Amino acid sequence: MDWVLLAEQCLNGFQLGVLLFLIAAGLTLTFGIMDFVNLAHGSLYMLGAFVCATVATWTDSYLLGVLLGLPVLLALGMLIEVVALRTLYQRDHLDQVLATFGLILFFNELVQVIWPLDGMNIAMPEILSGTMILPLGIEYSTFRMMIIVVGLVVAGGLWYAVGATRIGMQVRAGASNRRMASALGINISLLFTVVFGVGAMLAGLSGMLVTPILGATSGMGEQVIILTFVVVVVGGIGSIRGAFLAAVLIGLIDTMGRSFLDVLLLTVFSANAAEAAGPALSSMLIYVFMIVVLFFRPQGLFPPRGA
Amino acid sequence: MTFACDASPLLRVDALCKSFGGVVATDQVSIDVFPGEMHAVIGPNGAGKTTLVAQLSGMLSSDAGRTYFDGVDISALSAAKRAARGLARSFQITSILPDFSVLQNVALAVQARSGSSFRFWRPAHSESTITAQALDFLDGVGLSQRADETAGNLAHGEQRQLEIAMALALAPKMLLLDEPMAGMGSAESELMIGYLRGLKGRYGVLLIEHDMDAVFALADRISVLVYGRIIARGTPAEIRSDAAVREAYLGTGDA
Amino acid sequence: MQILSPRTVFAALVLTLFAAMPWLANTFDQSHYQDVFARIMIWSIAAVSLNLMLGFGGMVSFGHALYLGVAGYAVGIAAHHEITNAWLQWSIGLLSCALISAIFGAISLRTRGVYFIMITMALSQMVYFLIISAEEYGSDDGLVIYARSDFGLAWLDLNDAMIRYYLIFVLLIGCLYFSYRLVNSRFGMVVRGARSNQDRVEAMGYSTYWYRLTCFVIAGVMCGIAGLLSANVEEFISPDTLHWTRSGELIFMVVLGGMGSVFGPVTGALVFHLLSKELAEITTHWHLVFGPFLVLIVLFAPRGIDSLFGLSRGIGGRADK
Repeated sequence: MDWVLLAEQCLNGFQLGVLLFLIAAGLTLTFGIMDFVNLAHGSLYMLGAFVCATVATWTDSYLLGVLLGLPVLLALGMLIEVVALRTLYQRDHLDQVLATFGLILFFNELVQVIWPLDGMNIAMPEILSGTMILPLGIEYSTFRMMIIVVGLVVAGGLWYAVGATRIGMQVRAGASNRRMASALGINISLLFTVVFGVGAMLAGLSGMLVTPILGATSGMGEQVIILTFVVVVVGGIGSIRGAFLAAVLIGLIDTMGRSFLDVLLLTVFSANAAEAAGPALSSMLIYVFMIVVLFFRPQGLFPPRGA
Repeated sequence: MTFACDASPLLRVDALCKSFGGVVATDQVSIDVFPGEMHAVIGPNGAGKTTLVAQLSGMLSSDAGRTYFDGVDISALSAAKRAARGLARSFQITSILPDFSVLQNVALAVQARSGSSFRFWRPAHSESTITAQALDFLDGVGLSQRADETAGNLAHGEQRQLEIAMALALAPKMLLLDEPMAGMGSAESELMIGYLRGLKGRYGVLLIEHDMDAVFALADRISVLVYGRIIARGTPAEIRSDAAVREAYLGTGDA
Repeated sequence: MQILSPRTVFAALVLTLFAAMPWLANTFDQSHYQDVFARIMIWSIAAVSLNLMLGFGGMVSFGHALYLGVAGYAVGIAAHHEITNAWLQWSIGLLSCALISAIFGAISLRTRGVYFIMITMALSQMVYFLIISAEEYGSDDGLVIYARSDFGLAWLDLNDAMIRYYLIFVLLIGCLYFSYRLVNSRFGMVVRGARSNQDRVEAMGYSTYWYRLTCFVIAGVMCGIAGLLSANVEEFISPDTLHWTRSGELIFMVVLGGMGSVFGPVTGALVFHLLSKELAEITTHWHLVFGPFLVLIVLFAPRGIDSLFGLSRGIGGRADK
């Protein structure tokens, strides 16, 4: 058993999990507090990547790309919420799904109008481009490590913000009972705008973190939105804790599955069968996992209160 | 008495319990309802009436205790299965099919006991026996003039009447009526009391109600529920003079 | 019941247009319109099948295009292995749709609301990835179908464009009529009732889960019919057909046309295709217009084009949250 490979893939899985968490956090809050199904959340991830790539290219600094990109995404998120989404809160989920689907089409196209058709690529920043040596002598990409660290810091910050600050309390109050919270003087519409904006910023951050690796392309949101939904559903709508746990589990299962499933299959089946079935099964693994979780807990790992 | 209390009970509830977190909503509740009996359950707000109804109708599972209907243990059965066995309920918050016409609402209930509904070809509205029976039930509650109206457009009191018609259309053995008088003005209440009186003797009825006039006018027996426990049971006269009940409920100035 | 309501007249006109299209296309020297309308009719069948679930059943399935793909690939894979017998291919295709919809329906219907939407989406993506991983059947690039389904009957030779066109037309009429009978049948009333108020219908003694599951399967199989036809028209099948965005387009067609009637989705498919075709000719960036158009329809005309004919009696508001 190649322990180094195992450890590496574990880290990769964790990294994927962290990226998914950043996108899912905003989505689960939007679902939980505003009862709003936002299909276009992946577009925010994409816009984050594009904004970051643009700024990084202008200023020749990836760091600036991220630092300046964050407030831009926050503002953009709040703008979208005020302009396009407010009218949809009262509508049923079907309407929300359709309207945000329309937004996806719009954003994907917009991005191709404003930016080059093939998307944008930026170079990996020098200091982060190498590898670092971890305990146990494992060599791991510095950049990917950075992603993990950033993700954990943000997760911790969110946990603290939602759990221990006044704003966080308002968010939780809004989540359990909107009308009551409003009657208690909490400005619900401002709260919604801020929550959405922060969610957009986090999704954008996730996009920014992958830009040096994947570049920014139209349609990249669609690739992550389904996985993000799976994370939200498995974690439980409205739960940050759930989103984190689910994201990490899914990241690990997906990564380890792809790497090791064919090895596992080989122990049971012939080489041909394993080679044929491997890729197919590993891509299905996440969905099978989702089905199993939902079978035992139909409302996810941390169901919304009062469910 | 309009019922035979030496026959075996239609509904027998045995030490039913339900808790939510640390809060005990239903505490060892036992109730009997005999065929043809109108048995009322009263109690102050928060007494646990809603929880009890949910448990009896099968929408909420109980933590402990058993429920017997017509001699059979139905404790594990779902709401749909209990309804199929003859335990019909009306809802406290009016629950009709707002998109359907008044007639279609009742017809669907009649259809439920008229054989299989896994029939895919023949139009339901062409089944004249079902339509005729549905109209009969509507007649019984005075709604036959409104048969073709969209149910969602009916006045509140009329929707309550429709609810009763739908419950009756299931040809149940027993009715679970959850605050049928809720939200009614005095004229509508009088009408409703009239309809309910018409049900006496024909069905076993468990009537959850807040309206004291109705309860004392209609009930054969009354059980009093306070903080999830039955503190008294008896005829209206017995309950009216029960000291514990007075204190817990009637004496607090609650109407 | 009015036989000649405006809605019925409109439906009759549209169907007449479909029937006459090959002749019209040839007369005006726009013969490619025959293909365009063949496709529109195929999408109409798919949309009508989705409406059974969406409009009448209140189940927002975001993975319905899956069945177009399953049936299409059944034809494609069979052809790839040199099985061109239509009876065999089409049976396999429809049975696969029945089986998959039964399994996926059984899983999804245990959930409601938002969860249901997301699970149906995720399940269809699962199959999408499964197909992509199958190198032998073209993976991303799709699968070329070298031979059409062969019924072994001269008058049903699918290589003849006219025969193909009218087969699609006949099947569309069949599906419409079947849907019409279905939604008014006992079964249909239970499903529609469950959409209106599920708890109430359960309290009547109906185990709505089984009715909905049956509806799910019927809709899946009907959509499979569209998939079989599509494979034979295009002689090609690609995984894109299974992508959730395709299901989104289908939902949009149904909503655009109007969920309240059996014929509404046909109108939706027609308008959707003509609109996207025209827009695409104006600019390659037509999604820029199309996206907001979708949002506007949702906001201001949620009952779709159908609402121009007045609400169909008995079918009122939208699906519940």
